[in-house]
Amino acid sequence: MMRRAVLIAVPYFWLMALFLVPFIIVFKVSLSDTALAIPPYVPTLEWRDFRTFLSQLDFENYIWLTQDDLYWKAYLSSLKIAFLSTLMTLAIGYPVAYAMACCPEKWRSTLMMLVILPFWTSFLIRVYAWMGILSNEGFLNQFLLWAGIISTPLTILNTNTAVYIGIVYTYLPFMILPIYATLDRMDASLLEAAEDLGCSRIGAFWLVTVPLSRNGIIAGCFLVFIPALGEFVIPSLLGGSRTLMIGKVLWEEFFNNRDWPVASAVAVVLLLILIIPIMLFQRNQQNQAEAGR
Amino acid sequence: MTLKSLAMTAVLALVCGAAHAEQVRVYNWSDYIDEDLLAKFEQETGLKLIYDVFDGNEILETKLLAGGSGYDVVVPSSTFMQRQIAAGAFQKLDKDQLPNIEHMWDLIEERTQQYDPGNAYSVNYMWGTTGIGVNIDKVRQALGEDAPIDSLDLVFKPENMEKLANCGVHFLDAPDETVPLALAWLGEDPASQDPEVIAKIEDVYAAVRPYIQKFHSSEYINALANGNICVAIGWSGDILQARDRAEEAGKGIEIIYNAPKEGAQMWFDQMAIPADAPNPQGAHAFLNFMMDPENAAATSNYVYYANGNKASQEYLNEDVIGDTAIYPDAATLANLYTTAPLDDKTQRFVTRLWTKIKSGT
Repeated sequence: MMRRAVLIAVPYFWLMALFLVPFIIVFKVSLSDTALAIPPYVPTLEWRDFRTFLSQLDFENYIWLTQDDLYWKAYLSSLKIAFLSTLMTLAIGYPVAYAMACCPEKWRSTLMMLVILPFWTSFLIRVYAWMGILSNEGFLNQFLLWAGIISTPLTILNTNTAVYIGIVYTYLPFMILPIYATLDRMDASLLEAAEDLGCSRIGAFWLVTVPLSRNGIIAGCFLVFIPALGEFVIPSLLGGSRTLMIGKVLWEEFFNNRDWPVASAVAVVLLLILIIPIMLFQRNQQNQAEAGR
Repeated sequence: MTLKSLAMTAVLALVCGAAHAEQVRVYNWSDYIDEDLLAKFEQETGLKLIYDVFDGNEILETKLLAGGSGYDVVVPSSTFMQRQIAAGAFQKLDKDQLPNIEHMWDLIEERTQQYDPGNAYSVNYMWGTTGIGVNIDKVRQALGEDAPIDSLDLVFKPENMEKLANCGVHFLDAPDETVPLALAWLGEDPASQDPEVIAKIEDVYAAVRPYIQKFHSSEYINALANGNICVAIGWSGDILQARDRAEEAGKGIEIIYNAPKEGAQMWFDQMAIPADAPNPQGAHAFLNFMMDPENAAATSNYVYYANGNKASQEYLNEDVIGDTAIYPDAATLANLYTTAPLDDKTQRFVTRLWTKIKSGT
């Protein structure tokens, strides 16, 4: 009994220390006011006089967020970019995972290795490499000019197109791996049975393979969508000044305006937006677990 | 644990502690020092130097205001520094530890006093202007031989920008530079703090916004040097560094810098010691080292920015001291303006305006 309690305590402690406590701090800052001091907000985290402390907190920063259309436009634009990149990642990742799972056994570990290999290089360096590829004088344009496909260089870097390329490239392995894991475990005799019963190969793919890999697809989509929503590095390096994402707005509040309270309010709202898909994911997992019993 | 191993542990801890105290951590702008000086400093003082870089005042300011940055020397621009002093981010300099301070240039010290009264908290590292860098061949190709490369007309007149859009135009992503720039072009007071006056720049930028490829504060050095862009609004020395990199690459790209004739912003980057610096003594040693006339000259010779060190001028290369883009002549000097930090409300207004200009939202 004791042992069980300890076992359960570990993940809860983890959640408390790494999620709940930071969240409470950020939430508290979002209720404060800015000040010219270190740190730049009042009241700070001091509990000496609890009542005055509480009386100084208010929700004006959240009201501020509703008064300027910048914020909801940035949230919407981030949702759109994250959603479309997830679809594109799925469209590329699924065939790759499928092909890997169809390969002879002896090739699979090598292919798996190739998917993971880019992680051995720093993410930042890989994004910088894309800057070299996509710029006006970059490899892509030079190649297309040389091949005679275009006559003037294409402007790709510093546009939303470059942001999509960067996100899809970066998060592709997170889509491939979970889908591959479900396809790999799939019982091939089910497909044989479907074909024996008169189903065409394409029909069997849609009726058998796709539903069975549903878990992998859902897991992959969440693994791509959630980090893409708050992405800051890719839009700031590859995107242009017109690329509006909430990660950049958050940065501006924090760095340009020195307004930690409003920045924290933006972060709290972003978290609430993210909690909805995470809870859907959780429920899906639970349903799966119950169905599997 | 035996007594011996206990003693060993204690000794080790002491040694580590001592080694830690002998570090000096410096946080400076990117591409802003002759790296040979770093080794020279370590050799002369026996201190271990850890040198990190940033490319925007905002990043430095956020670290300072969060507290516990761990840096011993930082280099904010004067307008930002004024506010940071008010927030209590710095400690007063101990001028007894800075014998080289006698070499500083009174002309610059007078101007920096406006931000740091009595120069109590800071000494000048470099100063410069904000202006226009052009890839001269490409700009002439687009606009003809008499392209206005020394005028803000180049980047604020839509008919010019329309023709330049294809070869690429970058602006600094620093509203404290770009707002005064547009005000100067309009003939308004560039240092204005009045939101109604500042709001006028929105139309200026809106008219040319479609032709601006990017707002960024460090990418333009390489982009100009490689020929990826043909015009950049940037800091004087950065553009001159781009000129040198282009020359070294030997691809026939020629870069020219001009301070706009409508007036150019003059800024000062100041060395200061954070209030919570772990090693203030080492920090003073670094400041004193950088104020050595030969070292100050070596830095200017390398980064193409003017310094606030009068005695260094005899060690400067001719292409630095003789270049009016770096050490302006009297006429240009009279045409330079300085700005003061904005209060919180105006700052928020300016940031919001700038976001709107950049993103259209």
